[in-house]
Parts: sequence; C-alpha cells; structure tokens
Amino acid sequence: MKKGDITRRPSSPSRSGRDGSKERPQRRPDGGMRIVVPLQGVVQGRGGLVLGSLIPCALFYFLQLYIKRNRPPPTPGSPSSAAASSSASTPAGAISTTIQRTLSRGVLSPRGLPALSARGAVARAGDDDSLYYAGLRRCADDPYHPSSNPSGVIQLGLAENHLSLDLVRRWMEEHAGPALTPGGDDEARELTIRGLATYQPYHGILALKMALAEFMRKIMQESVSFDPSQMVITSGATSAMEILSFCVADPGNAFLVPSPYYPGWDRDIKWRTGIELIPVPCRSTDNFNISITALEIAYNQAKKRGVRVRGVLISNPSNPTGSFVPKQTLRDLLQFATEKNIHLISDEVFAGSTFGSDEFVSVAEVVDELEDLDRGRVHIIYGVSKDLSLAGFRVGVIYSYNESIVAAAAKIARFSSVSTPTQHLLVAMLSDQKFISSYLKINRERLQKAYRLLVDALKQVGIECFKSSGGFYCWADMSKFIRSYSEKGERKLWDRLLEEAKLNVTPGSSCHCIEPGWFRCCFTTLSEQDIPVVVERLRRITDGHKSNR
Amino acid sequence: MVNKVADEPQLLSKKAGCNSHGQDSSYFLGWEEYEKNPFDAVANPGGIIQMGLAENQLSFDLVEDWLEKNPDALGLRRGGASVFRELALFQDYHGLPAFKNALARFMSEQRGYRVAFDPSNIVLTAGATSANEALMFCLADQGDAFLIPTPYYPGFDRDLKWRTGAEIVPVHCTSANGFRVTRAALDDAYRRAQKRRLRVKGVLITNPSNPLGTAVPRADLDMIVDFVAAKGIHLVSDEIYSGTAFSDSMPFVSVLEVLAARGPRAADYGLDGRVHVVYSLSKDLGLPGFRVGAIYSSNPAVVSAATKMSSFGLVSSQTQFLLAALLGDKDFTRGYLAENKRRLKERRDQLVDGLKAIGIGCLESDAGLFCWVDMSHLMRSRSFEGEMSLWKKVVFDVGLNISPGSSCHCSEPGWFRVCFANMSAKTLDVAMQRLRAFVETSYKGAATIGALRRAAAAPARSMSCPLAMNMKWALRLTPLSADRKAER
Repeated sequence: MKKGDITRRPSSPSRSGRDGSKERPQRRPDGGMRIVVPLQGVVQGRGGLVLGSLIPCALFYFLQLYIKRNRPPPTPGSPSSAAASSSASTPAGAISTTIQRTLSRGVLSPRGLPALSARGAVARAGDDDSLYYAGLRRCADDPYHPSSNPSGVIQLGLAENHLSLDLVRRWMEEHAGPALTPGGDDEARELTIRGLATYQPYHGILALKMALAEFMRKIMQESVSFDPSQMVITSGATSAMEILSFCVADPGNAFLVPSPYYPGWDRDIKWRTGIELIPVPCRSTDNFNISITALEIAYNQAKKRGVRVRGVLISNPSNPTGSFVPKQTLRDLLQFATEKNIHLISDEVFAGSTFGSDEFVSVAEVVDELEDLDRGRVHIIYGVSKDLSLAGFRVGVIYSYNESIVAAAAKIARFSSVSTPTQHLLVAMLSDQKFISSYLKINRERLQKAYRLLVDALKQVGIECFKSSGGFYCWADMSKFIRSYSEKGERKLWDRLLEEAKLNVTPGSSCHCIEPGWFRCCFTTLSEQDIPVVVERLRRITDGHKSNR
Repeated sequence: MVNKVADEPQLLSKKAGCNSHGQDSSYFLGWEEYEKNPFDAVANPGGIIQMGLAENQLSFDLVEDWLEKNPDALGLRRGGASVFRELALFQDYHGLPAFKNALARFMSEQRGYRVAFDPSNIVLTAGATSANEALMFCLADQGDAFLIPTPYYPGFDRDLKWRTGAEIVPVHCTSANGFRVTRAALDDAYRRAQKRRLRVKGVLITNPSNPLGTAVPRADLDMIVDFVAAKGIHLVSDEIYSGTAFSDSMPFVSVLEVLAARGPRAADYGLDGRVHVVYSLSKDLGLPGFRVGAIYSSNPAVVSAATKMSSFGLVSSQTQFLLAALLGDKDFTRGYLAENKRRLKERRDQLVDGLKAIGIGCLESDAGLFCWVDMSHLMRSRSFEGEMSLWKKVVFDVGLNISPGSSCHCSEPGWFRVCFANMSAKTLDVAMQRLRAFVETSYKGAATIGALRRAAAAPARSMSCPLAMNMKWALRLTPLSADRKAER
C-alpha cells in the first residue's frame, strides 16, 4: 500500500481528475489545511508548499526558453546583427572580445549570432569538472620519469597495459612489414594495394571479423563461439559504445548502470546521444555485486520521473573493481531485461586480461545456454585496446544478437571505420595462433604479478584492496584516511594524493561510487622499480594522517 | 543465430529504425543492382559497370612504388628501429604531431602555398564523412539548418542529418548559368528556411563541386563569403577534391585564399572563426580505405569541441605514422600531384570525347573524378519520371551504374553524374561502346534488350592480355567488392 502511494504522488495529473475515483482525499484528515494555489494539487504531501511554488516557476522558465529558442533569426540586414555592428573601424583588441562574446552568447541567447551548437558548447565547457580528466591532464603536464623528472606525477589513472608491449613489438618487428608489403608476383601486388587503398566495407573487412571471432572465442576459454556476421567493427570501443547507444535508445531515454562504473562513459555515451545514465549503487558489503533489487528500484524511480529505461549497462570484468559478474547474476540480469523488455549491454573489453583463480563468464555463454531466451536484447562491446595493448590501433567491436541492431550499427559505422592497412595488420597478427596463445598466457602471468606487487605495496601503508580478478586496476579502500566521510573528504584526499604525493589515481566519485574513500589505481603502467617510489609517496599522506590524529 | 522474437520495433531507437539514412534513394538502388552483377572484363563481361563510385584508382602505382622504396613506413620503423612502442598506445585525439605537420604542409602545397595551415587547427577524423558529421554536431542543434547548393552529394542527406537532427535547405542552381551559386538563390533558400521556422546556421559548399566536377570561381566564393558575413552564419567548405583540379585555365581556389585576400577585413567580421574547411585523403591520394579526414578551423571553440568528438572516430596510429612518412616526402607529393592531375585530365577527356561522339554533352569540368552529363534529350518526357525511366534503362539494359541528378537534388531532370577514375581505360571504352549502342538503337527504336547487352559485351570478350592479367585478384576481390558500400 505504501509503495502504491509513493507511485501515485508525482504522477497524478490533477486533483480534479482523480477526486471521484480515488479514496485519497478521505484518507487525509488535514484536508482543510490545503492552501489553494493553482497547480498546487499536482504535488501533495509534505513538500507541497515548496514544490508548489517551484513547479510554476520552472514551467514559466521553460516557456521563456521555448519562446527564445523558437524566435526567428535576425532578418537580413537588421542592425541587431552583431557582424554588422562591429564595424571595420573597430580597433583590433576590441574585435577579439567581440568574437569571444559572440561564441558564448550563441548558446545562451539565440538573439546573438548562432555560433556553436549546444552540443559543441558542452564540449567546450568540457569535462573540466571531472576529476578523472583533471588528473589525467595534470599527469600529462608533468609526467614522472625516474631519471629525468623524478618529482613528476606518477600515472595510476590510465587504463593502459605497458606490461606486454615488448611481446607485441617483437611480433611487429618481424611481421608488420611483410604483412602489408606488396608481394613478389604482380597479381599479389595488385591485390595488396587495391585491397588497402580502395573503399572497403565501413563496418570492417570480413577477414578481420573472422579473426576477431576466433580471438574472442579463445579468450573466453573456447566456451562460446562468435558469428562474424553479428559483428560490427568500429574505431575503438569508445565509438562502439556510442554507436550501440544510438541504436538502442532515443534522446531522453536512460540506461541503468551499476556503479561504480567507468568514468569515461559519462562523456562517451551521454554527450551526443542525449541518453541519461542512471547509476545503480553497489555496495562494498555486497562485494560490489550487482543487486537486482537495486535495479528494480532504480527502474521504477526512472519510470516515475517519466524517463524510459532502455537497457542495463554492465562491464565484465568490472571496471573499476576488477571483479567478474557471477554466472547467476548474468542470468538474473537477463531475466530482468526480459521482464522489462529492455536491452542488456555487456562491456567485455577486459575479457582477455584476466588473472587469478576465478573463472570469467561472458554473457555470450549464458545466452548460448538459455535457448528460449530473447537473445535479441543482448549486446557485447569488445576491443583490442586492452587485451592486445593496441589502443593506438583503434579497433572496437559491437557484437549483437539482434539482426536489426547489427544492420543499423553497420550503417552508422561509416562515421568511425578503421583504416584498412590497420585491419590487415591485425588480421595477420590474430591469425598467428602461436603468438596469440603465448601472448595471452604471458600477459596473464605478468598482470597477476604486477597486481600482487601493487596490492602488497598498498598493504604496507595500510591500504586494503578489493579482490580483483581481471583488468588493470586495484580498487583501493582509503576511507580511513579521509577526514570527513563524504565526497568532499574524498576529493580532499585526492587533491593531496595528486599535489603532495604526486600520484594520479581515479577517485571513486568519478566512477559514481556511493561510498566515499575508494580509489582506482592502475597497476599496468608501473614498472617494478616504481613500486617503492609509490609506497614512499603514499607514506607522506598516511603518516601525516596518523600524526594529525 | 539471430532471434526474430526480440526484433520488436520498440527495442530499436527511432534513429536506428527510421529510413533517413537514405539507403532507399536511387543512388543506393543502383549500387545494390551493381553488387548483384558486377562487371569484369573476363569473368563477367555482361555485368554492370560501376560508374557511380568516385574513387581514384589512376595513380595507385605511384603510391605503391613509394611504399616499395620506403619499407620502414609499413614496417613501423624509423631509420631501421621500431617505433611500435610509440604507436601501440597512442590514442591522443590531437593526432600524431608528425602527421599533422605533414598534412598541413600537403594541404598548403595543394593550394600552391598561397595559404598556410596551422597544424594545431587541424582535427583528424575517420574520413571526411565523419568530419562533416562532427562539424554538424558542433555547429547545429536538432532542427537547425544548413543551406547547400544543389546538385549536391547524395550522401549528405545521411551524413549531415541522420544522427545530428540538422536539416538541409537546398539552394537551387540551374543549368542556365552552369549551376553556379547566385546571391538570389542563397537569399531565396534563406527565406524558405525562415518560413519553415528553421534557424539557419550556415552554408555548406563542396569545392570543387561534387557532383558537378567544377571548381568554384573566386568571384562566387567572394559572394558566398559576403553572404555568410551579412547573415552572421558559418561557412563549411568541403574541399576533398582540391587535389584533383586538373585545369590550368580554371585553377582551384580555396575559400581560405579568399579570406586571406581580405586580410584584416575578414577578421573584423569574425569570418575567421566562421569558415571551416573539410579535407580528406580519400580522393586526392586515392586512399579511401585509410579513412583519413580532417577539419580545419580557426575557431578555437570548434577545434576543441571537434577534437573531443573525434574520439568517436580516430585514425589508427599505424596509419598516421605511415601517412606522415608519405606526405612528408616532398618529392613524392610534388610528383604525385602533377602526375595524378595529368592522368585525371586524360581520362576525363576520354569520357567527354566518347560522349560527344554520340551526341551527349557535359558540363565543362575542371576537377573531380566525374562529369556532370546532360542526357535530357534521351528522355521520353522532360520530367523526373522521365529521368527515372531513362536511369533504369541505363542501369538495367545498358549496364552502367551512374547516379541520377534527382538523387543529388538537382532541380532540372536529365542530368547524371558519371565517374571515370575507378576503372581502367579499357573498361571506360566498353562503357562508351555500350552507351553508343544504346543511343543508336533507341533512336531507331528497335533492338531487344538482350541484343543490346550482347552487342555491348562482345568487344570486351575479344579483349586480351592486360585485363586478363588482373583476373585473379579481381576474382579474389569479388566477395569484398560485393560488400563495399556506396561511396562518393
């Protein structure tokens, strides 16, 4: 009953419409105290007075905005045109200010010159407020180097794998040239240059799709097979994610995203598509496992706001926590998605970068397992940036069980297709079975080792990490070092880590983690020699904390 | 594998479900027909010849020779040492500095060093398609409009409108003045946009024009610049064919030259920040498979927004490295540009002469990989229905996939875009013979379809050596070609 009451409150359109049919008025003994203000009936309850005045104001504001946006542009030759008003005699200094003002006003006031679109202006304002990007910039300005810049910032915030670059480099040295260089006889020569230079299918050449399907099968322990015809290749997983989002949701729709989640999604998904991301908090007491109950609540809340939820978005292995989504949870997620008739998107870019004893289960495995399930709502994002340390090659994959989505994504892929020489090079590399097998094995061992090193190092200074089984991160609990248990306290600690300890880590708040004090630390950009430096720098913070107490 | 049950429309977004990607336009229909039955001199001499693909295959051998002499570029080496470590993780959306410098110099070289390009104003994208879309995202909101002179590249309807929600308002140009843009036409389009309550955010031109194959005269550029200055809107100049301008009498003039000539006056009107150039290596270097496009803008806001947006379509570091070496070789680029232009002109002349011999005229072209051909006298009725039925005959009976003017939003029926640089000279001859047979028979009004096809196919069969040599790669390439999608 109580739940039903909550549901009704924001959605009941007006009092008069409901009076006759609902029992609600009789249930309110203090009905006589109702203040009669137009629109107030929309919101009853304790917040009525506040909301009752806020909503009319908001409506009026939107009306103004609407009128402004739809006002026709200045007529030709009208004196209000700013271009005409800044006359040729204006001195140079004044000109630049005029132009600057024009740019920003273009967004705020349509009466000025239409300069940038709102989307363009958002980009300009940018992600300056995100600590994730602020830290990355800081690090780029002053990067640590053991000999040339020993006081620089150590990068623990980037998602790159430096551990196995030597393996890929060695392969490239031996094979990159021959893989692309025109062959001996004339026919092969012709094939090579034409195959490389001319227009190829925008969604990836078939050879690459086949090679990637085989590679994905391999990293998923050969438990599932992938069909090249369900694949769309894009320039990087970033654009794969955006294109898939374009296909499954309209502007104003939302995805439910168990948090903490990858901070880049806020920009990659929301910006141009107009899709909203609704964080669904996972808690440390649950080992950051996805809770279906929490999803259910978030879904209903969104529905109440009038926001249509189009899908659930997960990363598996999780970025940032590094844990796997258990098989049963995947089944539950699929059931949830089916129940609500929404999509399930699984970002599995770290699927090949797993270590430890736990077994990784791709959502593909669960799909294969459950025969009668609606497969068409399941989509996988993959890329070679993480698992092959080839971020520079920009190769991402949309793997979808839905024919229409594959077709639509293939068309959108024209805006972000991969250079053909790069595709051929990758085909050659992925087809080298011996190399791939040994690379995956050695890379996993190195990941495991590097992970242990950083976890042990953090332990030395009293920082505990969440148990990670895949990916490039330690998810570290530093809550005991924050002064106030809040986002503000976390931010302060992050500032100190960056400015005093010169360590760039990603704060949990950037990942929409609901509990303050968690930090994402990347261990794959560190060398063994860097570890003592990190420990020594962390001591500055942790020791200071103790003495202050 | 794919479950149909879940294919309910509500699972798809409106954009994915709707048809505004324009795949249904006749431009694409012709493509589908071609893919079913592609011409091959030996394996399928009766197949459809692809004349709807603006691809430059005339100078592959030059690029190839260079690659052979510079194995380091493909082998990811510099001076014999591997540069892989630099490239593997390179995903900075500002691009590889060496490549941007080389590209800036190359663009400047193409414009006869009359304009200088600042590498920091370049944004790299995955092809001009992506560059155009990113510019639209940056400049126009949903429901804002761009004015585009007709006839225009059919792909714009999809590339500019589909995801951005922007609108295109055509600026009607006519054959009376050789399809040149006039102030009156621009004003008229602007008024029409206002009537539709669309906010006009800019003008987009292609220079040299696709599909006309003409460079825009300096006076017209001046007029367009005046127009955007007066209205306070943007100008996007798509100059992806700038390196194909082969005429000495009508050299290509970049809009940036026009701005430079105005000197400080341009800055007064804030024009610097409102003129944006789109460039690509797909046409000039014949490397569409490399997917390299660029936006050039002096507006820091646009550069910064577009740079961030380019993370959705970055160019692979391997390709950037390769092209940095290629474009950095001044001797190569100089030789390439001159030789490529010479070959294009020669091929254009072959097409124009062939058409003239059978009484078909063209708009005089001075750039591009295609001609704008007037076949209005072959139509049964002077209408777009007449154009459509003629086009169907040309595709299905004659076996030439050309693009009808209506797909380019041309306001007069009877014009067709015919590409000439994506085939061998022999194939172009076959195409001309087929067209001749068609014109002659349709004037006599006799001949069955089959006879016509046979007549056209016969000479190809008798042709021997140079094409036969290509057979194997062509066969091996067929599954790929069948999958290749509609291009400029």
